[in-house]
Amino acid sequence: MNLRKAFLAASIAALAAFPAAAADPVKIGMITTLSGPAGYLGQDIRDGFKLAMDLEGGKLGGVPVELLVEDDGLKPGQGKQIAERFLGEEGIKLFTGIVFSNVAGATIPDIVDNDAFYVSPNAAPSNMAGKECNQNYFVVSWQNDSLHESAGQNATNLGYKKAFVLAPNYQAGKDAIAGFKRYFKGEIAGEIYTRLDQTDFAAELAQVRAAKPDVVFQFHPGGLGITFLRQYEQAGLMKEIPMVVAEPSMDGVTLAAVGDAALGLNVTSHWNSDFDNAANKTFMEAWNKAYNRPVTYYASQGYDAALAYASALKATGGNLDDADAFRDALRKADFESVRGKFAFGPNQHPVQNWYALKVEKGEDGKPMLKTVGEVFQDHGDAYSAECKM
Amino acid sequence: METSLKRPVLLASVVIALIALPLVADATGYTALTSLATRVLIYGIAAASLNFVLGYGGMVSFGHAAFFGIGGYVVGILYQHYTLGEPLLGFIPGTNQMLITLPAAIVISGLMAALIGALSLRTGGVQFIMITLAFAQMLFFLFVSLKTYGGDDGLIIRRANELPGLNMRDKQTVYYVCLAVAVLFFFMLWRLVNSRFGNVIVGLRQSERRIAAIGLPAYRYKLMAFVISGMGCGLAGALMANFLRFASPDMLHWTKSGELMVMVILGGVGTLFGPLIGAAVFIVLETLLASWTENWQLGLGLILLFVVLYTQGGVQALGARLFGRRA
Amino acid sequence: MTLFLEQLLNGVQFGVMLFLLAAGLTLIFGIMGVINLAHGSIYMIGAYAGTWVATETGSFWLGIPAALTAAAVAGVAIEFLVVRRLYQRDHLDQVLATFGLILIFNQTVTILFGRQPLFVSMPALLDGSVELLPGLFYPIYRLAIIVVGLLVAVGLYLLINKTRIGMLVRAGSTNREMVRALGVDIRLLYTLVFGLGALLAGLAGFMAGPILAVQVGMGEQILITTFVVVVIGGVGSIRGAFFASLVLGIVDTGLRAYLPGLLRQVMVGSEADALGAGISSMGIYLLMAIVLLIRPKGLFIRNS
Repeated sequence: MNLRKAFLAASIAALAAFPAAAADPVKIGMITTLSGPAGYLGQDIRDGFKLAMDLEGGKLGGVPVELLVEDDGLKPGQGKQIAERFLGEEGIKLFTGIVFSNVAGATIPDIVDNDAFYVSPNAAPSNMAGKECNQNYFVVSWQNDSLHESAGQNATNLGYKKAFVLAPNYQAGKDAIAGFKRYFKGEIAGEIYTRLDQTDFAAELAQVRAAKPDVVFQFHPGGLGITFLRQYEQAGLMKEIPMVVAEPSMDGVTLAAVGDAALGLNVTSHWNSDFDNAANKTFMEAWNKAYNRPVTYYASQGYDAALAYASALKATGGNLDDADAFRDALRKADFESVRGKFAFGPNQHPVQNWYALKVEKGEDGKPMLKTVGEVFQDHGDAYSAECKM
Repeated sequence: METSLKRPVLLASVVIALIALPLVADATGYTALTSLATRVLIYGIAAASLNFVLGYGGMVSFGHAAFFGIGGYVVGILYQHYTLGEPLLGFIPGTNQMLITLPAAIVISGLMAALIGALSLRTGGVQFIMITLAFAQMLFFLFVSLKTYGGDDGLIIRRANELPGLNMRDKQTVYYVCLAVAVLFFFMLWRLVNSRFGNVIVGLRQSERRIAAIGLPAYRYKLMAFVISGMGCGLAGALMANFLRFASPDMLHWTKSGELMVMVILGGVGTLFGPLIGAAVFIVLETLLASWTENWQLGLGLILLFVVLYTQGGVQALGARLFGRRA
Repeated sequence: MTLFLEQLLNGVQFGVMLFLLAAGLTLIFGIMGVINLAHGSIYMIGAYAGTWVATETGSFWLGIPAALTAAAVAGVAIEFLVVRRLYQRDHLDQVLATFGLILIFNQTVTILFGRQPLFVSMPALLDGSVELLPGLFYPIYRLAIIVVGLLVAVGLYLLINKTRIGMLVRAGSTNREMVRALGVDIRLLYTLVFGLGALLAGLAGFMAGPILAVQVGMGEQILITTFVVVVIGGVGSIRGAFFASLVLGIVDTGLRAYLPGLLRQVMVGSEADALGAGISSMGIYLLMAIVLLIRPKGLFIRNS
């Protein structure tokens, strides 16, 4: 019976496709989000990481590496399952890639409990920066709160006295507003929690208009941010009430999608495409050559995560057997970050500068993010005191 | 419809295979198979619970993720209060003992099922689908807003619940615990389906009027079935929280209800082991395809479509045709 | 007062968008008895096709026929290739099949257009705001959406109540078997209805383009809300879908706009905001639960 044979053949093929252990290059496991509306975040982290490998011809720090990428679909359970397979079957010791805090929360404890390393190219929730910190867990991006603290400081620096704040009604949104308030010295004219599945902000915008604040702070990552900004501009508010945001609400993709509507927006970021340092120039040139799409800070973080691993691989000659030596090498952060100055704090989260950016018309007439000043110097996070390593 | 354990030999060999699975997995180097199988067992319990109302009772609930999530959160919340050392609501002490958390999860999801079922069962058909969805979504948003318990980020359970004498940090132990629970669960489900109560439930699907004519209170029977089904899902959720060491609002989202439903339909509606097979097929496919290609959703979608269009009654029926036997 | 009027308009505008989706869904549901989860995907296809053509050609207006064509073609193709085989089957099989379609469409769109959201600029004609009343400024584009939505509603009313096709549709939604028994080419009717539903969904998708992010998964976001509309209005009832859409749009907007403020009268600011947001998210589901408990068949279907 043919059908039966075909079925059997397919089952055997399926089993054979579970990749068996191979020898040579050091394997790096990337668990990231590639499907759904947030797919572009994971895609950019992956492509940024790959870029660093490609520039070295498939090596990092002189050591041949192999990158295994899998889509977690923004499901914590899926992320955990991938980690387990990477750990058990592939024998992977180096991990990176997770975009979202909830996937990180389910997956990273497993990774570090198995004596593998994790370098976060994005999410860094507060509990893992404080009480739950771990010697094998590193963050090259930022601690979540820093993003919004920088926006708060920026609003203060710009001399605004009365702010209206909006963020989605979930943990990251509440943290965003808390972070903003921590450094904003003026008065809060109003506070609105939107919904994660919201597509229309007209009701909120009407309230903003009625409250007549000096400035609006909002945190809406990805597609939500595009929607919010577009509707803000369409309501004619962009000309009346200036806005400060942190980088998740205005990345390269959001900017390309929102277009001229974003002109005049105040953004704070730890990195921008126009940074004038050698590492960043190399990165930007390679990115523009390799990919025909706007660069985002996610890509820069993926790239930096690769550089961080490269530094440790170089120092240890690719020997992962001595975990302590590898960890010590990683902790030194001996690499040229695309953001310039970079160091790990006591909880192995970044201590870095934050910058004020503004959306302006570029030479080609398209809106671009321009670096205009500094907001914080050597800024760490509030949780490192709770971290006992 | 298969309501009996017709082939004890086959069944025994499946159980033996499942017992041997972690050893085989270790010997062949596919160590992740064990946790894949754990997930299959847990989702199998949840899907079979859903199938009890959906397949046997004809009540299409689109909100069973609610009970799954509640089960998970019971474990998570008790664990959080255990580690913080603060009693819940001031008088309920937290715990990390599985012998307490599992029954607690079952009881509490059963109570929620009683509440939701009592209201939902006043409707029927499409309206029943939507009203169960509505209640599940309300609970979803409730947990998203609960900042104390992690809100949208979820609740990390640093250590799995303890069972006296067992090392629950070992993946194989967790697997065997889930397997034991699953065997017990399916045995009880089998007894239930073949009991007088089970016959009434099947009768209700076929004709509610006939059951009413016999003088049996249809509503009360349906509610009872709904509660039992919710308890099963709560049990699965509690196991899941222990396995993932994590509980999050994701567990209550409507897409999770949808996935459970897909597993039931995929495996075979109204069969005892269909949902378990469906869960296995769905999870293995998802995992396999995702490790091959990042366009795994396309493959999964095409396979689901194929199963619906070309098999009558899901994978179990397909298997029966392929191997020329009645499954 | 102007704020209240503005919020009312916002509610109506949201409701009208929901109506465009719900109209097709309720017909497909009511007449063919098919639970079409892929309806949201058609909305997404309309948005992508229209936005892409509008960006490539630089003309917003060319996007409209593109969106309508793509959506209608996708709708008819779904009906012809998949749904047609499932009319006699259980609802559950339809759920599984159309769930599969969602996955297929999402991934295909990702492969074709990439993962980055698309963007279309507003045409100059519809850009900016008008002053409706002294102090009440409202974006022209949103007004245009309201107008289009109301025109579609009137058009559907005429189609259903004044034409032969409409008569068959009405007959079909009350007694499917009877229509078939009368020798009507029910297959053609089904395809037409499916195509019409898809057309409206595509229109909604394209109109959403300039306000929302055109991205993968946009359909699922709105799908459940649309189902809520259909069920509250009563399955198969266009009139029900219309009123339920408006009610839902206004209730949803109203809760978001006023609930935190009301709660702030009785509790601390930040708690009120968080609780308000939580309750307003639940609002439409709560509304549906209440409606169904009082009128189990929906608002516009007489209970037998």
